[in-house]
Amino acid sequence: MAVDSEIKKKAELAKHKKAAYGQDIDLDKFGIGRKDIGETKDLRELKEEDQKTLLNVGVVPSDEGRSGSFVLMDNSVVHEKQLGTGVEVMSLQKALKVHDWLQEYNWKAVKADADKYTARTFIEEADGYFIHALPGQKVKLPVQTCLMLKSQDVAQTVHNIIIIEEGAELEVITGCSTSKHVDEALHLGISEFYLKKNAKLTFTMIHNWAENIGVRPRTVVEMDEGAVYINNYIALKPVKTIQAYPTANMNGPNGVCVFNTVAIAHPGSEMDLGSKVMMNAPGCKAEIVSRTITTGGKMIARGLMVGAAKDVKGHLECKGLILSNKGIQIAIPELDARVPEVEMTHEAAVGKIAQDQIEYLMSRGLTEEEAVGIIVKGFLDVGIRGLPPALKEEIDATLEKVDLARM
Amino acid sequence: MLEIQDLSVEVGGREVLHDINISVMSGYTNVLFGPNGSGKSTLLMTIMGFSGYKVTKGRIIFNGEDITNKSVSERAQTGIGLMMQRPPNLVGVQLGNLVKIMSKGRVKAEDLAEDLNLTGFLTRDVNVGFSGGEIKRSELLQLAAQNPCFVMLDEPESGVDIVSIEKVGKKVHELIRGTSCAGKSGAVGKGALVITHTGQILDYVNADRGYVMCKGTVACTGNPRELLHEIRTKGYDECISCNIGKKTLVKVKEEGAN
Repeated sequence: MAVDSEIKKKAELAKHKKAAYGQDIDLDKFGIGRKDIGETKDLRELKEEDQKTLLNVGVVPSDEGRSGSFVLMDNSVVHEKQLGTGVEVMSLQKALKVHDWLQEYNWKAVKADADKYTARTFIEEADGYFIHALPGQKVKLPVQTCLMLKSQDVAQTVHNIIIIEEGAELEVITGCSTSKHVDEALHLGISEFYLKKNAKLTFTMIHNWAENIGVRPRTVVEMDEGAVYINNYIALKPVKTIQAYPTANMNGPNGVCVFNTVAIAHPGSEMDLGSKVMMNAPGCKAEIVSRTITTGGKMIARGLMVGAAKDVKGHLECKGLILSNKGIQIAIPELDARVPEVEMTHEAAVGKIAQDQIEYLMSRGLTEEEAVGIIVKGFLDVGIRGLPPALKEEIDATLEKVDLARM
Repeated sequence: MLEIQDLSVEVGGREVLHDINISVMSGYTNVLFGPNGSGKSTLLMTIMGFSGYKVTKGRIIFNGEDITNKSVSERAQTGIGLMMQRPPNLVGVQLGNLVKIMSKGRVKAEDLAEDLNLTGFLTRDVNVGFSGGEIKRSELLQLAAQNPCFVMLDEPESGVDIVSIEKVGKKVHELIRGTSCAGKSGAVGKGALVITHTGQILDYVNADRGYVMCKGTVACTGNPRELLHEIRTKGYDECISCNIGKKTLVKVKEEGAN
């Protein structure tokens, strides 16, 4: 408890600490998220428009084909369900009461005083999901979670912990979205993931916010020997400002870490998206791939790969398309080698679609708009190859709805 | 069907084609010969309407309509199709999907792929990592799905292995000789303009007339097989030095108006 009060003191001091990246958000403008939204045993009992919102981010209201399901609206846990064996799914605050040992993981990967967003989330003792894959369990069906903004002018604070025990495998699909009637609101999401020896986690996050929503996720993944972490991040809809820089610390040898990012910055959106991989142990491999588009917004694609042990290999790729005169694309790939025996490469390219590609398709009888649409979809598609087919279909459907021809 | 009148073309601010006059009647297949860099591919790219190929003089008439200023799409939709020499890579666009989109689902990509030894390529990104011969076959597959009325082929046989060449030849034959085609010129019938160095493709198509291009212009015209024989035995010099500026090398049969 002494330690806890120590952290608390630090968090209090960090209440106004600006983040290293991204535009500063005045937190005082946003009230505390509602904690009184009632629980729903069956997501199909939710209003139709809320069900639709869930579906759009890959969350199935029937919970069919899922081994667990969790929904947070504002700061209220409205749904928590464990459907399969080998995995625990419940709210974090409940889990902290059930498992004494969980305290060891609570606010350990992410520092409470990292910036004012982590500080506020800590001070509010935010709830979120706790997902725990038990040792050796290769869980076949994914766990789904949804974090939804339901009220105007509030800051949703979320704290999630995922633990994948030794030799276990799990897939998590998480969708973040805004309820139809919410104009302005804020999402602060802290995620701490712990992958034990030879554990594997595939984490796919779909962001579906809205024009006036601010988003500040803070994610740190701690990986032991032979652990595999695959992160897919997809954000195709407008958002006001998002700044994320998830970090994977590869602490044990021979781990594998992949970050795939696919995002569109619409007019009025500012997206500062990065991924950081620290290869701290020998034989680790990492890949960061981002495919981003601006149709008028500002897109910053960062990537940092640190090779701090011998025989590590990494590749970093930031590719960006500018589909509007008003759009801005900034690619910042960084490689940092701290020992000689590393092999790290990067590739960054920003610009418009090559005219010869458009005309090639036009020579097959397609209109210019059709040609641009196909090339853009192909460009994004590369970033999300390897996704589960059902999820891929949903994303394709979303892409269909984004009017690329207009851009 | 296609008439090129006094055509001059600039690429990168430099005139590379000068005063070209060529015509292809419907039902006919004409062949372009010429040394590397003589402007053959440039001519086909110009006919297709690619930007970067700026017409500074002359006209391109297709089925009686001046298409000199039409977009690439419009030309394709009127029934012109091109097999390119060096098409761009389309990362993320699978060949099978492209065929489906361009043929609006009318064509079975699997059947075409089988015809061209390209099964397994339908799920690959268009042209990415394809060898020279594979590009040719993929281009032919797309063209077969498109089924244009006026077919332009840029060295269809080059780089193709000896096992595939027969399949390619057969497909080219079908493409040029088929009775129906897509595009507004469907009623008029088919025509073709083919670039070849080796003449190998002539085993599969009945070529009616040949042109030898040199230094950006048509040096001579004649029976394609005789021209090819001439080039094989005497090289390009004979044709160019003796006949440049003259109308024809070999008397060809009168062509009627388009």
